[in-house]
Amino acid sequence: MIASAGFTDFYRFRESPAQRPDPDDIDISQWTVYDRPELQREFVQRTEDGLCEAGLLIEGVRCAACSWLIERGLERIAGLESVEVNPSSARARIRWDPGQVDLSRLFARLAELGYRPHPASADAAQSSARREQREALKRLAVAGLGMMQVMMFAVALYAGAFQGMDPAIENFLRLVSLLVATPVAIYSGGPFFVGAWRDLRARTAGMDVPVAIAIGGAYTASVWNSLSGHGEVYFDSVTMFVFFLSLGRYLEMMARHRAGASADALARLQPTTALRVTGAGAERVGIAELQPGDTVRVRPGEVIPCDGQITSGQSGIDESLLTGESRPVNRIRGDAVTGGSINVTDPIEVEVQNLGADSVLAGISRLLHGAQTERPRLARLADQVASRFVGGVLVIAILVGAYWWNTAPADAFRVVLAVLVVTCPCALSLATPATLTSAIGALAARGMLVSRGAAIETLARCNRVVFDKTGTLTTGRQTVVSSRFAAGVDRGHAIAIATALETHSAHPIASAFAATGAAPDVADVRAVAGGGISGTAQGKRYRLGHAAFACPDGAAVDMLPAETDAGESSWIVLSEQSLPIAAFELTDGERADSAAVLADLRALGLELEIASGDSAAPVARLARHLGIDQFHYRLTPEQKLELIRRRQRDGDTVAVVGDGVNDAPVLAGADVSVAMGDGTRLAQTAADVVLLGASLEPLVHGFEVARRAMRIIRQNLGWALGYNALALPIAASGIVQPWMAAIGMSASSLLVVLNAMRAGRDPRPRLIGGERGLSGSPAHRALT
Amino acid sequence: MNILFVLIPLSLVLLALAIWAFFWAVGSGQFDDLDSPGWRILMDDDSKPPPAAEQHKREDRPDA
Repeated sequence: MIASAGFTDFYRFRESPAQRPDPDDIDISQWTVYDRPELQREFVQRTEDGLCEAGLLIEGVRCAACSWLIERGLERIAGLESVEVNPSSARARIRWDPGQVDLSRLFARLAELGYRPHPASADAAQSSARREQREALKRLAVAGLGMMQVMMFAVALYAGAFQGMDPAIENFLRLVSLLVATPVAIYSGGPFFVGAWRDLRARTAGMDVPVAIAIGGAYTASVWNSLSGHGEVYFDSVTMFVFFLSLGRYLEMMARHRAGASADALARLQPTTALRVTGAGAERVGIAELQPGDTVRVRPGEVIPCDGQITSGQSGIDESLLTGESRPVNRIRGDAVTGGSINVTDPIEVEVQNLGADSVLAGISRLLHGAQTERPRLARLADQVASRFVGGVLVIAILVGAYWWNTAPADAFRVVLAVLVVTCPCALSLATPATLTSAIGALAARGMLVSRGAAIETLARCNRVVFDKTGTLTTGRQTVVSSRFAAGVDRGHAIAIATALETHSAHPIASAFAATGAAPDVADVRAVAGGGISGTAQGKRYRLGHAAFACPDGAAVDMLPAETDAGESSWIVLSEQSLPIAAFELTDGERADSAAVLADLRALGLELEIASGDSAAPVARLARHLGIDQFHYRLTPEQKLELIRRRQRDGDTVAVVGDGVNDAPVLAGADVSVAMGDGTRLAQTAADVVLLGASLEPLVHGFEVARRAMRIIRQNLGWALGYNALALPIAASGIVQPWMAAIGMSASSLLVVLNAMRAGRDPRPRLIGGERGLSGSPAHRALT
Repeated sequence: MNILFVLIPLSLVLLALAIWAFFWAVGSGQFDDLDSPGWRILMDDDSKPPPAAEQHKREDRPDA
């Protein structure tokens, strides 16, 4: 499809394998519901020139190549005015002429390309994030340009101080510096003052307070001095300070936005339309139009739109949302189902009971928000130290000022200023953000997005890592791990029959049998929900499924290992004329790099543990295989959270690696949480750290870089405090001129920044990272 | 050195212009997405569907 449209470039430029379109998605009829005015009212705006405009969230957009493909693919449709795709937020804006083309046509085209569209209501969070980013960029530009100008004047002034300078020009340069530094201090430095004011009002002295005092103090003194015409000016220090701090905050904000780009991930889990069944037939309506008591039909593969009760049919339901258990659970008429779980095998009809805010999914999301607010805030400690430091400096400055006022009033202001400048906590307040920014940037380049700066600090202190199993240590897809055959059975034939049968099934385990070569024809195939699949080949009836289904006559299946009981077994049996001929053990295949990564983590001195919602046998096997002694199975999200709380009470700092919505509260309760990039989106938004791509390998880098970053932060803080402790008495004694103090302060800050840069350096070349390293540069790949 | 009294204000005017231009660029969304435009230039907009490949693809994947 992509090649046939002349879009082969896509394959050259994409960064990760795209998802294949689901054949069901291409069926246009399912999208026509978006042409309903009731539904369009929520996300479509009309422009003055009669066009329609809508924001979309697009599933599966991973890189610039995807957005290119979407834009090119849609532009060929007549009636489409414009389409813009932002790959970093997976959002698109489309404008079209409703007279020429229906929205459903555009949606179907997107689905055809392999990107499932979802309507995105104009949500405030996204636009405020964009506004915040634009504002920060403007402030940064003003600070940067202003800093360069002021530095130029400052060099001239310093040179003049040594060689002599025409007083008129000197005065002029100072006034010009004032002119340039004013927007930098007030506009670019504004957020620091706002933050400091907020902190003061809340009676917590944050990092913004010392910063605001330093900027405000140095700026006010400089303004006073340049207007009065004598004394030192510190505009260079002020602008440099503002610029470096703004740069650090900007980079941190970019990382945060990128990691949390899919803000309404939860909305994406819930379908936007449902098939309502009435006496007159079935019609597709928006979820908002549903009422409790309505009946909806859910086809196989669809997400159940509401909490409710099955009124007709039976089916396997994937409730991994609630339990983490990936195998579908059989639900029959009268059973309750949960909105957000996936109907896997057969069509069912569900009577609507709870919708939206009353539903279980909404409850999980509330639990998640609760856990997020009680997250341990270690950053506060650093702030407290800084605020005490600032308080101390202020007291000392007052004492020094009082002493000099009594002994030599003429020198008092100069000395107090030198004290304030020399002890300006620039280096102190730069030490942490500069290092964190450098570390976060280095990790992002290796496929690990850190959304909260404090996560680095916690990651470095971690001594225990708790892994979820499904989708984290394993790929989340079923594969055949072992097979046993009855005596005298042709193995190749048995496998071929099993493969042929499963090609007729949409069941998740069917993928385990995919692509094993030529399959014989099977006829009269029947799938039985919760049982298996049967079919006739070469005149014989074959059945593949649970033991009881495959051998309805009760023939003994002696191939199965004794310890598996029916409930936990992941064995399926193939029978010929009701006699067992083969058994296959299915498991969720482990990630290719799991073992290597766990070995590396253990080498870093971390304790490893598995906490899974899955049953005992697969968890134990995986743990044994990966060499992990501590594992827990059949845990609900609450039990997982309790396990983590218990570890934390024992004094451990716990990192949790997981995916899946059921993990989200667990992730939020951890000291530091890591989500797999190919896992459920919600888990990512709750996580401190997101691993991009399907590899655990960046995690090792993460721990290494975090520990080095913390070492550097300690060095930086030590240096900054030591410098201040040394410089303070010297300044208080009146030997130091304010300009010397400014140079000392700037040099100290520069040293701290340069040291911070080391945090981003590669610790050592890594062999397992080779593939990522080679494919790291898109331009490189595109040009070769 | 009196020329400085002219040159420095002149440089400030240029500075103001530069900042104005940057603000305009930010406001018009040019900095919202810094990744994809760099790629777009590498991609041909006008490549025609290869007829042979199309036929082949059709046979290959009837579902697409």
